Amino acid sequence: MEQFLQQIASGLANGAIYACVALALVMIYVSTDHINFAQGEMAMFSTYFAWQLMDWGANYWVAFVAAVLLSFVMGVVVERVILRPLHNAPVLSIVVVFIGLLAIFNSTAGSIWSYLIKEFPSPFPKSSFGIAGVIGPHQLGVVMVTMVVLGLLFLFFRYTPLGLAMRAAAQNPQMARLVGVRVDWMLALGWGLASAVGAVAGIMVAHIVYLDPNMMAGILLYAFAGALVGGISNPGGAVLGGFIVGVLENMVAFAGNQIEKATGVYIIGNGEKLTVALIIVIFVLTVKPAGLFGRVVVKRV
Amino acid sequence: MTALLEVKGLKAFYGQTQALYDIGFEIASGGITTLLGANGAGKTTTLRAICNMLRTEGTIRFDGQDIVGKATEEIVRLRIAHVPEGRGTFTTLTVEENLRIAAYTRRDKAAVRADLERVFVYFPRLKERLQQQAGTLSGGEQQMLAIARAVMLKPRLMLFDEPSFGLAPLIVVEIFRIMRRINEEEKVSMLLVEQNAALALDLADTAYVLETGRVVMSGPASVVKNDENIRKSYLGY
Repeated sequence: MEQFLQQIASGLANGAIYACVALALVMIYVSTDHINFAQGEMAMFSTYFAWQLMDWGANYWVAFVAAVLLSFVMGVVVERVILRPLHNAPVLSIVVVFIGLLAIFNSTAGSIWSYLIKEFPSPFPKSSFGIAGVIGPHQLGVVMVTMVVLGLLFLFFRYTPLGLAMRAAAQNPQMARLVGVRVDWMLALGWGLASAVGAVAGIMVAHIVYLDPNMMAGILLYAFAGALVGGISNPGGAVLGGFIVGVLENMVAFAGNQIEKATGVYIIGNGEKLTVALIIVIFVLTVKPAGLFGRVVVKRV
Repeated sequence: MTALLEVKGLKAFYGQTQALYDIGFEIASGGITTLLGANGAGKTTTLRAICNMLRTEGTIRFDGQDIVGKATEEIVRLRIAHVPEGRGTFTTLTVEENLRIAAYTRRDKAAVRADLERVFVYFPRLKERLQQQAGTLSGGEQQMLAIARAVMLKPRLMLFDEPSFGLAPLIVVEIFRIMRRINEEEKVSMLLVEQNAALALDLADTAYVLETGRVVMSGPASVVKNDENIRKSYLGY
């Protein structure tokens, strides 16, 4: 039983990370109809920002905030400089650009900071934090930090004029222009926010998976699975989907372990977690493409 | 009265295709001008050209200022409100958010609140539906929302693109009555594009008739309305 709760808790902690990256993907998707394949690598790059600042002697939380702000700027710059000229480009060109960005961020990080795996600290005190036997201090901290970030984002989009303008620009760009919203800047701002949320996920997960230029590759897949499960057009759904995928992958592995223990037959275990994510992606895309909470969008052609 | 909007030699292009050849007209300050003509005459395109939603050449002067080539969102900030074809509802936002977003460019918060209240006087039905998703409104209600949203911009000029489109006759009459009220009470000039020429000529003071991207005739609405030749050859009724 204790093991079961442990698995749920660590699933939630992983899910929190996936939820953040899923939200970053969805934020860009709803305003541009594109999936930013470089989202994970951008988050990895942000994590290196934080690592570098700490290496220079900054306090964890100072480095955290600074890296998130830097990532925001990085997102805005990427949109304005690289994607802006491609606003009317065909989908395939943009996909290629995203893949190019992925490779550029990956190799730039490798050449600046090397491909050697680095340890990344946790800011959460080992004692007196977490619930013994169920959830560790870092896992609990991850869930709390991401909940705060997601909550702030929700408040921003729901209650501020700028958040409203961003939603309007995503939903109906032409009409948004006709009420005076500077749609191009809203897009750039969306990229900045997505990049910042990704940075939070990267910095939080780095303590668990260790820091290296490829650390986000698997996480991006899980996040994509989460976004699809929740509904790629629904930010709230994507967040929930992230948590669902996090818990589900642990449950599948846990069930596999229990079966192995009981019968001695190995069917599925920790090694197959990523496979589970991919199966989820394929399953959702074939059975319910709009996701659990997404809307079916009918396009007139 | 001086002209608030002055259009001269306006050309407009959809990609390589030229849609407007030589459009010229004026809107008097406080007046209502209507553009009439058959399908494809260039009425909607003219409205879109004013807001720079396609490539344009020529002169468009708003309050003495040349606005050709300015970005759409900057033209809107001069307080030109466009009520577009198809109503342009933000379907996933609530009715209230649709109205609030229209006041996004305004900094006079107290006046915005007062305007919101006044909009509810024009359209009491919107007040009942404030928290509803705008996409679930009926066609007539969405048209009301589109006009209400334009009022929230505190416009000096309102552009209407087929406000009667797809609506039941009774609703159309109600909407046109409210448009006249808005014209008088908000002291806002209007440019109206309408298929229903009889209705438009009742509301407007000046009319221009368009044919294949050119102005072919113009005059006071009352004259155009009573000229049988114009009616038969251009307006089809």
